[in-house]
Amino acid sequence: MADVPSDAPEHCPGTSSVEAGKTSACQGCPNQRICASGAARTPDPAIEEIKQKMASVKHKILVLSGKGGVGKSTFSAQLVYGLASDTSTEVALLDVDICGPSIPKMMGLEGEQVHQSGSGWSPVYVEDNLAVMSIGFLLSSPDDAVIWRGPKKNGMIKQFLRDVDWGELDYLIVDTPPGTSDEHLSVVQYLSGAGVDGAIIITTPQELSLQDVRKEIGFCRKVKLPIIGVVENMSGFVCPKCKNTSQIFPPTTGGAEKMCSDMQLPLLGQVPLDPRIGKSCDEGRSFLSLEAESPAAAAFSSIIQKIRQYCKDGVEDGSPD
Amino acid sequence: VAVGILDVDLCGPSIPRMLCVGRQDVHQCDAGWVPVYTDAQKSLALMSIGFLLENPDDAVVWRGPKKTALIGQFVSDVAWGELDFLLVDTPPGTSDEHLAVVENLRKHKVDGAILVTTPQAVSTGDVRREITFCKKTGLRILGIVENMSGFVCPHCSECSNIFSKGGGEELAKLSGSPFLGCIPLDPQLSTSVEEGKDFIQAFPESATFSAISHIAQAVLANIAAA
Repeated sequence: MADVPSDAPEHCPGTSSVEAGKTSACQGCPNQRICASGAARTPDPAIEEIKQKMASVKHKILVLSGKGGVGKSTFSAQLVYGLASDTSTEVALLDVDICGPSIPKMMGLEGEQVHQSGSGWSPVYVEDNLAVMSIGFLLSSPDDAVIWRGPKKNGMIKQFLRDVDWGELDYLIVDTPPGTSDEHLSVVQYLSGAGVDGAIIITTPQELSLQDVRKEIGFCRKVKLPIIGVVENMSGFVCPKCKNTSQIFPPTTGGAEKMCSDMQLPLLGQVPLDPRIGKSCDEGRSFLSLEAESPAAAAFSSIIQKIRQYCKDGVEDGSPD
Repeated sequence: VAVGILDVDLCGPSIPRMLCVGRQDVHQCDAGWVPVYTDAQKSLALMSIGFLLENPDDAVVWRGPKKTALIGQFVSDVAWGELDFLLVDTPPGTSDEHLAVVENLRKHKVDGAILVTTPQAVSTGDVRREITFCKKTGLRILGIVENMSGFVCPHCSECSNIFSKGGGEELAKLSGSPFLGCIPLDPQLSTSVEEGKDFIQAFPESATFSAISHIAQAVLANIAAA
């Protein structure tokens, strides 16, 4: 049965929820008896289907943050640009921010549409070796809002993982919205058969961000998702005129460095604020390529190299993908 | 003036820290849950899931229906008392939390929504969808705020547009919504909210305070004009 059947009422909790068939919203739904009996809650066959689909994907990485606005999607975009700069590496970026899909714009793919073929949905290609999928490609206008509750978002994420024809990939990067909710649980659940190499957590130096990162770390530990490391964005700003550094988002509690030390997690790197990063994202171009000599590009590159190494070490360890 | 803040960002509740109320318990009274007050005069009342967590670092790993249920309780079971204003702080998006707030507040009069963006196109790109959400749910748009709008170097006074400039104002024009104003990036504001200090008391002469004050006045005027 679909997560939210077409004849389900407005507040359907989802057919695989523990409350399926039992909430007040379920009264009168034609599927209520089936859901309440638990029959709809057998292990989702999609998990095995996705495992098969992902057999051609060597490494799967999630990009998470606790807080919004810390530069998660910006980082995901630079990560795939960086990985794909080696033209023999096949890379894809899956955007599961259903309500706020910014990846198409950042990758210069605004207005592109998704095509269906016999083997499923085709992702949109930036380069021959860099593919992207986002709900943004399914919306006809930049003003369209995706006003969906959790169960419907979960269904979309399942389709993205199961029905997109990714082909042979070295890396599948999954960009998520902030938080620890439906999107995050669903991605982890649907990839539970296929396995995820790990998660990268993005933060700014602020305690307000770190506070939410600790929750994100708690989420990862709860669902047994390995943490590749933490990236601290917006880490200082060098004035282009006088070259003095300002901490616009001061690390009042020691920033990511202290948090990583306290929680024994790798700090993958710190990326300074640079107006050219935002500008490149707005223009849908690779900051790494455009400003390769900048300190921020050097920081991104160093972080990307550590991620490559983590994935390589995982393979050599014989750790499961 | 008595103000309440309802924090419906259940996964990332920042309001308790920003308003320096740290570890607080929520008590019950006959009329429901008692909000947490920031001062003895009870001029600012808060409710957040942050107050309900045993450990502030505990993750709230909930799917939509559970979030919807708690938000319903926050609206109907908190004994706010007499308030001049209730502000609802939401997470990004157009999903369960936003629908829950709108649906639960529908029977009460909602004056409208303030939309916050940074100047960048990737931010205004998402706020365009938020505008559609407001239109579809019948929420009046009180106006758009352009946050993180420029940084004035404290050493040499050069202004850098770190997150671009003007996007919020452009969006307001494009969508026919009021433009409330710009707030600059300000390390003193960042530090104050981090430490739960009252920025307005500490830096009343700052350009940032002037910007915030101007926006507050514009919001009050828009509400009064309705």
